Amino acid sequence: MAPVLELRGITKQFPGVLANDNVNLTLEAGEIHALLGENGAGKTTLMNILYGLYKPTKGQILIKGKEVEIHGPTDAISQGIGMVHQHFMLVPVLSVTQNVMLGQETVKSGVFLDQRKVAGEIREIARKYGLNVDPDAYIRDLPVGVQQRVEIIKVLYRNADMLILDEPTAVLTPQEVEDLFEILHSLVEQGISVIFITHKLKEVLAVADRITVLRRGKTVGTVSPAEATEKSLAEMMVGRAVELMVHKTDADPKDAVLEVKNLLVKDDLETVKVEGVSFTLRAGEVLGVAGVQGNGQTELVESLTGMRHVESGSISILGQEIANATPRQVTELGVGHIPEDRQRDGLVLSYPVRDNMVLNTYYKKPFANGLVINETAVIEAAEARVKEYDVRTPSIYVPAATLSGGNQQKVIVAREFSRPNKLMVASQPTRGLDVGSIEYIHKRIIQQRDAGTAILLVSTELDEIRALSDRVAVMFEGRIVAIVRARQVTKEQLGLLMAGSMPDDLPPSAVVEGQA
Amino acid sequence: MAQTEKKQSSSNKKKSFWRQAFNAMLVPVLAVITGLIAGGFVIAMSDPVVLRSIAPNPWHVAAEGEAVDPSIAIDLETALQYHPNEVDVGDYAVFKRGTGVLFREIVESQDQIEDKDKQIDLERAQRRSATLDTGNAGISLTFSDRPLFAFQAAWRSVADAYRALFLGSLGSPVQIAEGWQLYRKTGDSQALRNALRPISESLVTSIPYVFAGLAVALGFRAGLFNIGAEGQIFIGATFAAYIGYSFTSLPPVLHVTLAIIAGAIGGAAWGIIPGWLKAKTGAHEVINTIMMNYIAFRVVSWLLRGPMQRPGSGKPVSPVIAESAYLPQFFGAPLRIHAGFFLAIAAAIFVWWLLFKTTIGFELRTVGSNPNAAKYSGMSVSRNIIVAMGLSGALAGLAGASEVLGLNHYLAEAFSPGYGFDSIALALLGKSHPLGVVLAALLFGTLRSGATSMQSLAQVPIDIITMIQALVIVFIAAPEIIRWLYRLRKVEDEGEKTIFARGWGS
Repeated sequence: MAPVLELRGITKQFPGVLANDNVNLTLEAGEIHALLGENGAGKTTLMNILYGLYKPTKGQILIKGKEVEIHGPTDAISQGIGMVHQHFMLVPVLSVTQNVMLGQETVKSGVFLDQRKVAGEIREIARKYGLNVDPDAYIRDLPVGVQQRVEIIKVLYRNADMLILDEPTAVLTPQEVEDLFEILHSLVEQGISVIFITHKLKEVLAVADRITVLRRGKTVGTVSPAEATEKSLAEMMVGRAVELMVHKTDADPKDAVLEVKNLLVKDDLETVKVEGVSFTLRAGEVLGVAGVQGNGQTELVESLTGMRHVESGSISILGQEIANATPRQVTELGVGHIPEDRQRDGLVLSYPVRDNMVLNTYYKKPFANGLVINETAVIEAAEARVKEYDVRTPSIYVPAATLSGGNQQKVIVAREFSRPNKLMVASQPTRGLDVGSIEYIHKRIIQQRDAGTAILLVSTELDEIRALSDRVAVMFEGRIVAIVRARQVTKEQLGLLMAGSMPDDLPPSAVVEGQA
Repeated sequence: MAQTEKKQSSSNKKKSFWRQAFNAMLVPVLAVITGLIAGGFVIAMSDPVVLRSIAPNPWHVAAEGEAVDPSIAIDLETALQYHPNEVDVGDYAVFKRGTGVLFREIVESQDQIEDKDKQIDLERAQRRSATLDTGNAGISLTFSDRPLFAFQAAWRSVADAYRALFLGSLGSPVQIAEGWQLYRKTGDSQALRNALRPISESLVTSIPYVFAGLAVALGFRAGLFNIGAEGQIFIGATFAAYIGYSFTSLPPVLHVTLAIIAGAIGGAAWGIIPGWLKAKTGAHEVINTIMMNYIAFRVVSWLLRGPMQRPGSGKPVSPVIAESAYLPQFFGAPLRIHAGFFLAIAAAIFVWWLLFKTTIGFELRTVGSNPNAAKYSGMSVSRNIIVAMGLSGALAGLAGASEVLGLNHYLAEAFSPGYGFDSIALALLGKSHPLGVVLAALLFGTLRSGATSMQSLAQVPIDIITMIQALVIVFIAAPEIIRWLYRLRKVEDEGEKTIFARGWGS
């Protein structure tokens, strides 16, 4: 039997960039096929060609053995191809049923929406594939994982038998990822084929039947998970040997740098987000803050860096009280900050790399003499930092927006690490980055620690927390559940702590502080 | 080695600067051209001759004394002026019958009759129109009769209008050359000055545009939509006029400097109020600057009818300012170009320097491009909003001051024909870059001063000029149309983008 989908020699030439170079891919009926590659390897371009958003420069698309031309999403849908984008295309104020109907409305008596009938169909699809969704719920009330299920239902409702998922796990909590994998298994059991785009190695090995690796627009090869390891896949992706483990020695903590006592912080909607948080961070150690997204980490970091109002409690850096100080005052004390959302807070995307390199030091010597900016000094510093931190950019004069996510992050890391810092607050420092960039940034963080900087690492990636931290503070609903020694806890124990409960098998010596 | 590397990178930068300049200029220039072309259609369509030539009712040249419908009649003189090739005196007379047109030729004698369908003799013609005589001319044209004629007429009217625009705004090169020669020979510069008058008027009109355009552009750079430039111009002019007439014994340079500074302070004060409101309460500057405009207009009206009214005058005008407060005009009449022009250019250079070479400008631009990143990097967003509105207001105030001190020498209610509002379009046209603003201001000044001669020489209504300006702005505001029209590829690097949506609703 012919494969459901076959891509033969797909080439896509953009002006100046060969995004896809003779890419081949076959999707068998009822398999989960992972498409693995670094950011910018051409995964998304390939899928956009398949979905009819781009026209390939060369190559053929065969569906069930027959050559087809796809001119747009409508064509793709009629060919049975459905796509779930990384950023969901849902209307928050409409119900699940209304969102599913959108664009393909079922009507009765000519004009009235037949929501009841569609809701019935949605329940049928949900039952068949194990997608637990209430058709009458409103999107804005649903957690991200459920919204993703709605997207999948939307595709299935349109009778797709090929499902493309673009980085589906980027926005999910570990538990939601597990649920998604279960759903995918039940989908393929029912004969649906899945293309799973990702750059996360563990997920690929956990869920895929076959793995195709792309590098710089070319297919490197297709392997089965049985014959691959994380290391071999990483090497295929990056094209060289990659260190997945961060080499570090035990920390040698010195004096306390950051002391937080009984912190209370509210978010913009006046909800208490951080409550009664206290901890101490010493020079030369990494304190990881673990937790599911939205449990107060964002507000904690913002209050530490002067970007959010502190209701009560104290924050002191080297003995100096900085609760409700301005970001400038905090920076002046020697605090570096890698912000959680690099594009919103960390960069001015329209500025050239050069200006982004001095975004918070532009007013200091040697970058400014009084009011006047010393361009030569700025350019020299930017050139040096681009070189030192291996930022891949055509020049320091191109806007930061034109850089890939990994290189944008490197700009921020270069800027923050090239100041003499006492404390580094790194929030999601590697979110959305590829293996190569992650490896690099992790190495830099440990280097800083060894140089005597106190590092507060906030991350929702347990692997990252475990790889870098000396101690881990687990946050749940605005409180620190426990502070534990990183070396003495398992991933499962951390997962339980993140859900707010104290694991029974946690050795007492592992717990530094806890409120079990 | 390091030397060559450095050289290379600097030439790289240079190239990218020129490319950027080209990219930045291409679309606006095409937009201006497209606007002028579209304006040409408007001019052609507003010309009665063109309209008639495509209208179902044709022209009718009336015989002397003939009673005709005035909407379809032109006199012989006009017919000869516009249709020299179509009208031949003594040849034609025309009669309308029903809706269709009968084209009849009047001949002087029966011998000349060639085509009986078309020709009638004079006697019969006179039976229909008693006053008709040979020597009267007639012409009848519908679009289908003479398609080319409509195009010729359109071309003539557009060419006339734009020629008048050109002569009225830049002057006649021939006259300038003749004036120059006369000056060289005899030392009498009057002819030269007369010839240069149009260009001087264009520059004079550009002065307030440069100041006000810079004001709006600086606001744009900081992410603020200053619609209050007009009000700031009024307050600036009022402050400058007050200093101008209330001190009489100050030395000239000091007096004019004081008056200029007063104008800037007045505008700044008027800008800081909405800036402060936005920074402290989040009140949107678009609404508040509009409201501040109304307050400014009424305050000035009241002042000119009360405390600032010229003694002994019934009109709402201020006293004339002391001569020591004049911005000097350099050449004799009729050239009115004054020192305000150089002040405006200096202001543009200053704004460029401030925005791109100083920490103040870096902060303003960062706040405008990404307020979150500005906050993150330790800049005070609210302080920058106030600073930006103050600077913006000061520049607008200078526009008012230069009008009073350089041109009118007193304050009147209607001294600004909407410079502050035009300047919004102008700042957009100039892509919020000081150089772009100066170029756009020159364009606007030229269009506005040429409008007068377009009106008088080519009988184009003044509204048409306004429409052409509007068309230019429409095309500039919608670069996608221009890119589509000229099949241009989208340029990736569009420079800094500012966000204006902040503060509305959510």
